Amino acid sequence: MISVEINGEQRELDVDPQMPLLWALRDHLDLTGTKFGCGRALCGACTVHIDGEAARSCSITVGDVDGKKVTTIEGVSGPVAEAVVGAWRDLDVVQCGYCQSGQIMSAITLLTKNPSPTDADIDSSMVGNICRCGTYQRIRAAIHQGAKKAGGEA
Amino acid sequence: MDLRHEYGWPSPLPPSQRVGPAATLALAALLLVAGCGERKAERPDNAPPARASQDGDHWQQIASVLTHPRCLNCHQVEMPLQGDGRPHIPRVERGPDNMGVAAMRCSNCHKSGNNQASGVPGAPHWSLAPESMNWSGLSTAELCQQLLDPKRNGGRTPDDLAKHMGEDPLVLWGWQPGADREPVPIQHDKFMEVFRAWVAAGTPCPQQEQSEDSA
Repeated sequence: MISVEINGEQRELDVDPQMPLLWALRDHLDLTGTKFGCGRALCGACTVHIDGEAARSCSITVGDVDGKKVTTIEGVSGPVAEAVVGAWRDLDVVQCGYCQSGQIMSAITLLTKNPSPTDADIDSSMVGNICRCGTYQRIRAAIHQGAKKAGGEA
Repeated sequence: MDLRHEYGWPSPLPPSQRVGPAATLALAALLLVAGCGERKAERPDNAPPARASQDGDHWQQIASVLTHPRCLNCHQVEMPLQGDGRPHIPRVERGPDNMGVAAMRCSNCHKSGNNQASGVPGAPHWSLAPESMNWSGLSTAELCQQLLDPKRNGGRTPDDLAKHMGEDPLVLWGWQPGADREPVPIQHDKFMEVFRAWVAAGTPCPQQEQSEDSA
């Protein structure tokens, strides 16, 4: 039995410890906001937070998160998360939307660690999140706006 | 057991069907395999020990391991390589602690062991080697000098180096790289025999030669 805190709630998972975390989230916990993209940690669509760090849930096993805190797009909260989500809405970032939960999870991690990122900082942190609609310019603008809303940028 | 099938992953495509650099990034993300290299013939367990009749032989055998992509891919200046030495996808930078930057950290994908479902490799403290330990572009003679220089080897004595080669779990990953990655070319116990013999002989290095970069 794997014990994990998911979105603030303690959960017991009776699954194969080698099961990808993404599978457990989507198929066992009905948290379908986290998306399957490539299955090989190349695209970022499955990004969640593990103990506050961005992580690719397709390439992390359930056993890897035993005793840890997992946050998915359904459970993000706090000033930085609210600023990021608000900016995403203000700038209408989303096109098809498939990658965007992963984009937002990485953006929250970035602004949590670096409240005032430069364009280069954004590029180096967001490079692992691919958007086939090409919304990169709006993503970058939304991160800057989120930084201002969260108090990091003047 | 191939967990990619167990959990509904698509089967890996053969190399002839993998996309080239002109394909779109999104398509590349779907098709390229993280950390993989085409598997070469693996040295069998009962292969004869590496010949160690001369000190130079010792070093050349050691160098064949240290310059193998399983070691060299992360002894780079700013960004790791993957597979047989191609750029790491996605691009990741060294960062202040050799483990990446804010939302793009080695541990975003690499955990304490190889992931059977995705093929992503893993070992404890997965990271780039410190910049002082960059081995890219060195001749084997230069690599030998660098390996023995405490300012460029983490302050290690030759015995410390032997301990590092023998016990560090990230070093040992090179012999168990998982998926279809080629392991380093000499069995670990044989490698350690050669390494200890080289240390016992006084860690002789070959004559200086020009590296490819400086030639």
